[in-house]
Amino acid sequence: MHELGIANSILDGVAKEIERRPDSHPTKVGVRIGELAGVDPDALRFGFEALIAETDLAELQLEIEFRPPHARCRDCAGEYQIHNYQLICPACRSGNGEWISGDELEFAYLEVEENEPCAAGRKSSE
Amino acid sequence: MNRVPLEGKVLNENARVAAELRERFRDNRVLVVNLISSPGSGKTTLLEKSLENLPAAEHVAVLTGDLQTENDANRLKRYGFPVKQIVTGGTCHLDARMIERHIADWDLAKLDLLIIENVGNLVCPSSYDLGEAAKIVLLSVTEGEDKPLKYPSIFFKSELMVLTKTDLLPYVPFEVSMAVENARRVHPEIEMLRLSCQTGNGLPEWMNWLERRKRTFLAEVADTVA
Repeated sequence: MHELGIANSILDGVAKEIERRPDSHPTKVGVRIGELAGVDPDALRFGFEALIAETDLAELQLEIEFRPPHARCRDCAGEYQIHNYQLICPACRSGNGEWISGDELEFAYLEVEENEPCAAGRKSSE
Repeated sequence: MNRVPLEGKVLNENARVAAELRERFRDNRVLVVNLISSPGSGKTTLLEKSLENLPAAEHVAVLTGDLQTENDANRLKRYGFPVKQIVTGGTCHLDARMIERHIADWDLAKLDLLIIENVGNLVCPSSYDLGEAAKIVLLSVTEGEDKPLKYPSIFFKSELMVLTKTDLLPYVPFEVSMAVENARRVHPEIEMLRLSCQTGNGLPEWMNWLERRKRTFLAEVADTVA
C-alpha cells in the first residue's frame, strides 16, 4: 500500500510543472509503470482519486500505461516483449537475452488547458 | 488542449536523496546492503548471526525498520555494533529520507558495512532506492516456491536471494529447485545462497558473500576515483 505515496508524488510532479505554466491548468497526467515496478495500477488510481477529491484538481485524470517488460537479444540485438518471463527472441529463437525494461515508474506527459483570461482583469487593462 | 512531455521518475525526490546517499557511501567506502523479505522470513535472525560472526575489527552498523516497535534494535544491540531502529509508524517501507535522517550523527568514514533491514514486505520496499549497493531478498522454505512469480519486482531488483530456514526442509513441502527456477525466470543472473541460522549450515557462505561483495564494491569505488 505505498500507492498513496506514489499518487502524492505524481501530484507533486504536476504541481511543479504547473508552477512553470501559471496560465494553464492540468487536465490529464500520464505515467508509465512497468509490470515489475511493484505498483498496483488499481490501488494507484484509488489513491490518486482520493487525494484529488474536492480539491482544485478534482477533474484531473490519470492515465497509466502499464508496460510489460522488454528484453534485448544478445545474439541478434533485436528487442522484444517478454511474455511470462520467457527470454526467447522471437526473431532468432535465441534464449540469450537481457532485460532492458520492466521496472519503470516514470512521468510521460501532462495535458493542460490555457486558462481563460480573467474577465475582470481584461476590463481593467482596457 | 495542449500535451507537454513530462520527464523523470515519479519518485524523483526519493531518487535524488538516494543518489546523494549512494555518493556519500561511496566516498566513505561503506558497503550498504538492503535486506528485504516477507514478515517472518528471518531477516533479524540472519542479522544476529551476521553480527555474531563478523570479525571484531569490522566496523558495522545496522538500521532496522519496523512499523511499530523497537524490539529488533533491542535484539541486535547486544552485539556491540551501532544499531538504530527506524519506526515507520505504519509506513510499509523505508525511504531514502528515513535513511538520511537516521545516519545523520554517524561518522560514515569509520564504517565498513551498513546493513539495512527493511520493513517486512515484499512489495513496497522494492520501489524505494535507499542508496544501497545491493538489495538482498530472503525467502524462507515455509513460504511458497512461487513467491518469485507472485512478487517479481523484488526478485528482479535483488542481486542475491537467500533461502532461509533450510533446516525445516524435511518437514515442509518446499521444492528448492522450483524456487530457484522461478527466481531465475524473473532474474536470470540472481545469485543464490541457502542457509539455516539454527544449524549454521550455509552461514560461512553468506559471510563470504558479504566479504566478496565488499571487495567488488571497493574495487568499483577505486576505479571511479582513478
